[in-house]
Amino acid sequence: MEKTIYNVVCTVCGCCCDDLEVKVKDGKIIDVKNACAVSLSKFQNYSNEERIVKPMIKENGEFKEYSFDEAIEKASKILAEAEYPLIYGLSLTSTEAVGKAVELAEVLGGVIDNTTSVCHGPSLIGVHDIGVVTCTLGEVKNRADLIIYWASNPVFSHPRHLARYTVFSKGKFRKERKERKLVVVDVRKTATAKLADMFIQVAPNQDYELLSALRMAVKGEEIYLDEVAGVPTSKIEELADLMISCEFGILFFGLGLTMSLGKSRNIDAALSLVRDLNERTKFLIMPMRGHYNVTGANEVIAWQTGYPFAVDFTQGYPRYNPGETTTIEILTRGECDAALIIGSDPAAHFPVSAVKHLMKIPVITVDPHKNATTLISTIVIPTAITGIESGGTIYRMDGVPLECKKLVEPPLGVKSDEEILTEILTNVKKFKE
Amino acid sequence: MKFKLVTGRSLQQGAGKEAGKLSKEYFNNVAVCEFDPDDMETLNISPGENVVVKTKFGEVVLKAVKSMQAPHKGIIFIPYGPWANLVTDPETHGSGMPNFKGIEAEVLPAKEEKILTLKEVLEKISGGK
Repeated sequence: MEKTIYNVVCTVCGCCCDDLEVKVKDGKIIDVKNACAVSLSKFQNYSNEERIVKPMIKENGEFKEYSFDEAIEKASKILAEAEYPLIYGLSLTSTEAVGKAVELAEVLGGVIDNTTSVCHGPSLIGVHDIGVVTCTLGEVKNRADLIIYWASNPVFSHPRHLARYTVFSKGKFRKERKERKLVVVDVRKTATAKLADMFIQVAPNQDYELLSALRMAVKGEEIYLDEVAGVPTSKIEELADLMISCEFGILFFGLGLTMSLGKSRNIDAALSLVRDLNERTKFLIMPMRGHYNVTGANEVIAWQTGYPFAVDFTQGYPRYNPGETTTIEILTRGECDAALIIGSDPAAHFPVSAVKHLMKIPVITVDPHKNATTLISTIVIPTAITGIESGGTIYRMDGVPLECKKLVEPPLGVKSDEEILTEILTNVKKFKE
Repeated sequence: MKFKLVTGRSLQQGAGKEAGKLSKEYFNNVAVCEFDPDDMETLNISPGENVVVKTKFGEVVLKAVKSMQAPHKGIIFIPYGPWANLVTDPETHGSGMPNFKGIEAEVLPAKEEKILTLKEVLEKISGGK
């Protein structure tokens, strides 16, 4: 039997495009419409040879297949016996699963962190410092006449962002490309920069200086230098004029600000610039969140504990101190004695010093696919793919919650992240009694 | 030759990770180093040849490719992944975030040297200091 499912929410990046059309035949996905290249790759490959369908436990360096009950029981025992377990990942799963993970962290007296830590963690720290003037992507689509991508290359990272929400979108009050200006600030002339009306090439690690100079220009103060951060002062003044004279401006920023020197201070400067601009016009700012539910992970952890990521329960109450309770430092200092990784591949994406510690402790990975982290894990528990084989709520980068659908059945016996975490939680509670 | 190293997302890395993190496609898309064409000339390397990227934190052999996002003289780009992280800077300055961008690096031609497989990368990490 063949059917087409409409308004499918994509579970790849923070755009969470909700207009996919997925054709299903005999329980298999055979076609997808409206998907970008990355989304298409996900739908074409979700069930390939790298899919894990049986739980595995490593014994003498070799993986052996086990039943789900055995793997979950063994994983729960490792976590319950650990003194300082770390729960990490959670950006590629549903908010319902994140809720269970928070409860588990509290019962374990461990740390819960999500990938925000090595993504827009500094952005959230900046928001704690300064506050944020923001909006939904619908507002941007309908009203924005000036769009700035700073240290972000959405043509590659969020391929449909420009078409759905910004310069190429057809909004209620801004219908055509010529009604909007696009500015790109980056260290390279990126694919996005090539579409821009104005491109500003900033020197690496000097975004803070450029943002500060822009703040001066916006305030009408004179800059006594010929150039700042490799950008001629005349160009900085030209951009300041463009920003002041727009009717509805938005600054989208990417990891070029959070991963370079300055980190949260770069974000402080960007947030302050936008705050200053609101004395002259309407201006907003939004981080380009990467994974489809990294925003949801922050929302859930914040509403449950008061803090958006890196929450430590060792004292019996939630503590949050980035730099101390964040994953990279916990690993680099060699502190945690077990780790539960849900939907993430830290062995591929952390610096060597952090991965080294992961290799020394028992790691339990809950993931649909093989990756560098499953290779170094002690226990691997396969899971259903959120948005394809299980439903759930996810949060778009602007904080709008969307319901994703179950399109096809998962492989036999494979459960959702939420179900697996619920079972681990039940087992851990028994061990802790 | 000295460079500033930037790691980041690329479209090919994004599609490759969805194809499978152990796949040939992912390896081909992320075990690469993108150069400004002028810098390639200065270094006397051609696209497809191997180079070694060295930082204070390690070294990695990668395939040199011509950047489609030039000009960016003095900057090299490696897509996110296990290869890039052999040379990234773990310093977080108390923020939780390592320096994944703007790292001082040196590049040398390494035509004869082999690019490590994912398993070899993991072995190197576990065996090293």
